[in-house]
Amino acid sequence: MDLLNKIRQLEDTARQIRIDIVTMIYQAGDGHPGPSLSVVELITACYFHLLNIDPANPRKPDRDRLILSKGHACPALYAALARKGYFPHSDLKGLRSLHSHLQGHPDMNKTPGVDFTSGSLGHGVSIGLGMVLAGRITGHDYYVYVITGDGEIEEGIVWEAAISASKYKADRLIVMVDNNGIQSGGPISQVSGIEPIIPKWEAFGWFCQQINGHDIGQIIQAVDNAKSQRGRPSLILAKTIKGQGVPFMVGDNSWHKRVPTREQYEQALKALGASVDG
Amino acid sequence: MRYMLVNMQNCRMVYGQTLVELGREDDRIVVLEADLGRTTMTKLFEKEFPGRFFEVGIGEQNMISVAAGLALCGKIPFANSFSVFATGRPYDQIRVSCIGRLNIKIVGSSCGLSDFGDGATHQAIEDVAIMRAIPNMTILSPADGIETKKIVRAAARYDGPVYIRILRNDVPDVTAQTGEFKIGRPTVIREGTDVVIFAHGYMVYKSLKAAETLEAEGISVKIVNVSTLKPIDEKIIRSMASGTKGVVTVEEHTIIGGLASAIAFSLRGTGLMIEAVAVNDRFGQSSLNYEQLLEHYGLTVEAIVKAIKKVLR
Repeated sequence: MDLLNKIRQLEDTARQIRIDIVTMIYQAGDGHPGPSLSVVELITACYFHLLNIDPANPRKPDRDRLILSKGHACPALYAALARKGYFPHSDLKGLRSLHSHLQGHPDMNKTPGVDFTSGSLGHGVSIGLGMVLAGRITGHDYYVYVITGDGEIEEGIVWEAAISASKYKADRLIVMVDNNGIQSGGPISQVSGIEPIIPKWEAFGWFCQQINGHDIGQIIQAVDNAKSQRGRPSLILAKTIKGQGVPFMVGDNSWHKRVPTREQYEQALKALGASVDG
Repeated sequence: MRYMLVNMQNCRMVYGQTLVELGREDDRIVVLEADLGRTTMTKLFEKEFPGRFFEVGIGEQNMISVAAGLALCGKIPFANSFSVFATGRPYDQIRVSCIGRLNIKIVGSSCGLSDFGDGATHQAIEDVAIMRAIPNMTILSPADGIETKKIVRAAARYDGPVYIRILRNDVPDVTAQTGEFKIGRPTVIREGTDVVIFAHGYMVYKSLKAAETLEAEGISVKIVNVSTLKPIDEKIIRSMASGTKGVVTVEEHTIIGGLASAIAFSLRGTGLMIEAVAVNDRFGQSSLNYEQLLEHYGLTVEAIVKAIKKVLR
């Protein structure tokens, strides 16, 4: 399949993942739709194109790893893992219920395919660095992808990790920042002083790129560029839209964590080209 | 005298040497340091295995999570700092590692009041309490150099998160050279019938001195080295206390949430008199020597003797 057709197919997978996300959150009556929807293309490009993984062997030692450091976006991750074949798609309706393997934030010991237990923000870059260093000692050449939120990088540990990854020339570490611009409490420009983002990472010695995080072609290209770098960890600042794909959620940060009504759910499905029955 | 407590060892040095031995035996062993390697003695490992030693600088949160990433890929990481920084600064990173039951070893050097000169910011008197509260955590506190070596080796063999307390100063040997260390099993250091002392770390030595003092007065004191502070086996603690007239706990730690709490809870309902020798809910301070500081906080042979007499009253 040529790349254009592949991208078209991935775009349809992303659309289906969005349908899964709103359905899961509607059924569970709990969850974070806005931040899950902004990260969909990053997750889709990784799981359905970029990662060297085998759903039949989720713990294969030389596999690529992906850490969803912004763990609250896990409905997107769960939908991707289910569609990839790590567990039955019907499991998705168990999101957040007692005894379900699909916790409110990802648990690597409960859900097949989850590489790290996230939820407490900021850990992912350090974890990813540890994985890269382990691969280096062992002689494995896997890549570690870390997806963080933009508000998340306000955590101090992220910058400790940025220093260390640069020192250790961790060129198999690829960090993607889901830059939807809005954190729980409001626009990141108002809540914190984290912007501008790219000059900070560049000052820490990272290879940095900015892309449209909803353009799968750009994501794939940026990862290719990152992989061609030697001796530097990579940061991809993915400009995204919180609530992308569901028009009434865009621009309304109450959808950071909120449950759609029946009517809103039907409206969301319609926007995503689906219906409650189909 | 029945006990010849003459051989002194430095637990930090023993720790550093044991890491090197482990490094030679098992290439999964890796070491992380947060700029205190000259003091924690991980510099010995760095010298022999530079490719498996990671200096992250002064950033304990990152150190713990990098260790977790290494553990997730099959390595056995030992992450090092002073006790107070190894447990307090990266609490959340440790907690998440424990949710995952990751195979990381956190080593807190200069534990308790043993960094006597540096004062309250550097003295770990609540580390055991905060680590005990985390599910899945194992906490080990060697009493001397002999036990330090055994404990570090046992921690490397054990698959799961472990916190180890390492004493800063030279301490006399009190444990037996022979016999395997088993996580979770307290050991009787001295037999006795009237009172049982549960102690850990350097306080085992202080307890032995107290027992010798009381022997002259006809009081027979049993001493148990509780070098595993978590998990605590209630059944063993109860059987070790049964038949005695009272119990004393001795620890270089705040009275809240450490050994005293663990033992008192284990012995609930037994009706045994219990006294605790511990730091009484306050921070440390600087002192020109270790013994002077221990004395100021009431961690002395005299205080232990007094506590024993109190439970016998």
